[in-house]
Amino acid sequence: MNRRNFIRISSLGAGGALLGSFGAARGTSLLDKLTGKGEEGNSRLRPTPTYCEICFWKCAGWVYKNDRGEIWKIIGNEKDPHCNGRLCPRGTGGVGMYYDTDRLKTPLIRTGPRGNQVFRRASWDEAFEFIAKKLDFISKKYGPETVALITHGSGGRLLTTLMKAYGSDAVAGPSYAQCKGPREVGFELTFGSGLESPEPTDIRDTRCLVLIGSHLGENMHNSQVQEMADAIGHGATLITVDPRFSTAAGKSKYWLPIKPATDIALLLAWMNVIITNEWYDKEFIEKYAAGFDKLKEHVAPFTPEWAYGITTIDPNVIRETAREMAQASPSVLIHPGRHVTWYGDDTQRARAVAILNALLGSWGRRGGFYLPESQEIPEYPHPPFPPVKKSWQDSLGGRYPFADQPLANAIIDGSLPGNPGDFQYRGWIVNGSNLIMTMPDTRKTLRAIQELELLVVIDTMPMEITGWADVVLPECTYLERYDVLRNDHHREPVIALRMPAAEPKYDSKPGWWIARELAHKMGYSEYFAWKNIEEFLDYKLKRMDSSLEEMKKIGVKKYERTSGDLFFSAENPPAFETPSGKIELYSDQLAMAGFDPMPRYTPHPEPPEGFYRLNYGRTPAHTFSRTSNNPNLSAIMAENTIWVHPTVAANWQLKEGQSVWLKNQDGAVTEVPARIRITERIRWDSVYIVHGFGHTGKQLSRAFRKGVSDSAMITNVMIDPVMGGTGMRGNFVTFVTENPEKEVKA
Amino acid sequence: MRFAMAVDTRKCVGCSDCVVACQTENDVPIGYCRDWIVEVNDGTYPQLEMEIRSERCNHCTNSPCVRCCPTGASHYSDGGIVLVTPHKCIGCGACIASCPYDARYPHPKGYVDKCTFCLHRVKEGLPPACVAVCPTKCLTFGDTDDPRSEISLLLKKRKFKRLIPEAGTNPNLYFLI
Repeated sequence: MNRRNFIRISSLGAGGALLGSFGAARGTSLLDKLTGKGEEGNSRLRPTPTYCEICFWKCAGWVYKNDRGEIWKIIGNEKDPHCNGRLCPRGTGGVGMYYDTDRLKTPLIRTGPRGNQVFRRASWDEAFEFIAKKLDFISKKYGPETVALITHGSGGRLLTTLMKAYGSDAVAGPSYAQCKGPREVGFELTFGSGLESPEPTDIRDTRCLVLIGSHLGENMHNSQVQEMADAIGHGATLITVDPRFSTAAGKSKYWLPIKPATDIALLLAWMNVIITNEWYDKEFIEKYAAGFDKLKEHVAPFTPEWAYGITTIDPNVIRETAREMAQASPSVLIHPGRHVTWYGDDTQRARAVAILNALLGSWGRRGGFYLPESQEIPEYPHPPFPPVKKSWQDSLGGRYPFADQPLANAIIDGSLPGNPGDFQYRGWIVNGSNLIMTMPDTRKTLRAIQELELLVVIDTMPMEITGWADVVLPECTYLERYDVLRNDHHREPVIALRMPAAEPKYDSKPGWWIARELAHKMGYSEYFAWKNIEEFLDYKLKRMDSSLEEMKKIGVKKYERTSGDLFFSAENPPAFETPSGKIELYSDQLAMAGFDPMPRYTPHPEPPEGFYRLNYGRTPAHTFSRTSNNPNLSAIMAENTIWVHPTVAANWQLKEGQSVWLKNQDGAVTEVPARIRITERIRWDSVYIVHGFGHTGKQLSRAFRKGVSDSAMITNVMIDPVMGGTGMRGNFVTFVTENPEKEVKA
Repeated sequence: MRFAMAVDTRKCVGCSDCVVACQTENDVPIGYCRDWIVEVNDGTYPQLEMEIRSERCNHCTNSPCVRCCPTGASHYSDGGIVLVTPHKCIGCGACIASCPYDARYPHPKGYVDKCTFCLHRVKEGLPPACVAVCPTKCLTFGDTDDPRSEISLLLKKRKFKRLIPEAGTNPNLYFLI
């Protein structure tokens, strides 16, 4: 509460030290020390290990306290390949999440109509009782499969156990169908395996990095940004394809200011140039790929001259960049991107990226994609889960045949009456995902919520979604809790521990505790048979050549690889888990399901007169809408701005810093205005805003009514028929300079 | 000994991690900062150039702030680091007015505050917090009087510029271009 005061006192302490003797520090001995051999630890208290929960990169770090025993700072763990000892601004600012006085403080039960935000305080026991009864009612009346868990972050793992015990497999993350899903499916169809997280991109050693709409450096995918800087340092060629002059574009040898929505045409032209000139990796393709002749025939008409008329990229530049890639091959990386749900043909675009990588021989090659490995984590013993009577797939009504994970958007659609699938969802448990701002088409999300029998929201902050809940459960922040072990794949298998650095503030509780207590209440204790979380973690760690005691000291543990070399080699020959056992340039799987077996360019609608394509993205100091209220991070960026090109500003007589509302093609108007930023960094046919602002929840004292929300403007959602991803870049906006209420009525 | 910092503008992505790390390390009150990011754009679409710089006090060898301080609160410390002694500072603001880099701010406690190159860390053998945290490793801190130091070698190898040289302050922040 009194953090600022406390910090000042600490600051004066440090200031005092500065006045003291410099004797010990004088001379070259001090300089010798500057080699980084010193140890972090101005605090006398030993730091506690954690891994970050501010974003999905989950960098491991150390939490330091000051002399008063209060959380002071978080420093990256040097042993962790996700961060190499350097957290990003969000991880560094993670302390703000802990100190934010707007946090959820106590369980709440709704007393007024849904959405009116009238709640009463409840005890945890009351809240659990309420949820357990309602879940039991839904299970009996509609079946357990009609309850879905929508989750983002580590807390979801044990809630998933609870869902399985209950009899539902509908556990969805917006990280799939609103983000990287099409890419996973596209690469799976081509190479037989997806990319997961962190993507196994060997940016560190690449000679040519190609970014297509991926704004690395504005998204702080930590180790990737670090490796991009390394690549710049050793002179790698950067090629950035982006209609906006992104930070990465500013560091690139080639910036291709492509007309939005035409990326597939460029990718096809690159394939054309590389095949026509026989610049592809012949040995790699002959040995390991299937369907090359069909691909060659397919791309023959897609010359750079053909692509010029579509993409507006000079044919010479297309040829020159293709040659740069070929010269670097196989140490070239066409980055697969992460948020790739753009136009509804995203799986096909991901396929095009995968195929181009295959032609250049970069899969499984140094400077391309490495072969990742993760550590198997043993299960804590529990009885088998009950069989799922109806699966999430049954709710899809035969759509999206290649979806390999539940789709958050299909759960929302499936909660509305008239769902074409086998059943309608009746209850949601939402964990760490502010669906109001995460999902496109806010109005539809709200309509779906009104149909539910139960909405439970577990969060640390009073996000907008909590206002619509029947029960709100306040989770403590990651700095106050244990969690499941982190075991993402990497160059070497590596695990990380999160343990509490402080007691939970207020009446908030750890996610694992919430899942277990709810399980007890519902009679699923046998699935949570561990005595306490320490015993649960220690059981696993003891079977992994470690222990909780050891992990508390080291935070991060690496293991030897057991799957062979990091790249393909004579000892580790390429293997592909596709039906043909080869890289599938031509996809029989897609053909048989009635989709294009090879990517094809299809034109997408263009903005009508007076409208501009809405592009959105990230900023380094924020993670979507979840950090906009963080005191440390909102100090860096408190609101987003609407980027417009100077000619657009001139046409509309917009002034720098002027507040305007946005209105989209369907008449939706932003609830809050945002300021105009006039910049040459954007095309005249688009506007750009950073995602995650424009909060309407007034309990978020710093973020309330700051900036605009892109989610409210994304009412045209182009669903990828292959896997159900939500294409969100086909929305067009115009400016409302005054009286937005009039516009809403119209 | 002459402490200095090199900022590699080719690597810096302007993420502001240096700003956040400085705030937590040095208890800078929220809403103020000792270091900051500057983005400079040049040209018209699509012929554009961008430079991103992490900026802070230049710890000038010829510091106008030290010269104009009426109480001696602003002074040169170890290795030429320019510091403010809070209890000697009367908050008159002459140093703020004299600094061509706008590197100082009035701390709500009544004294003027600025970057210290994290001297408290340097004394422990640690690099400044901003240098330690930078994900792109674009910041290099060290002694330019030592010809074998990393920063000296970097300045020999790379082209660099200093800001507002016409002010005659002889700044110790180098921007690699």
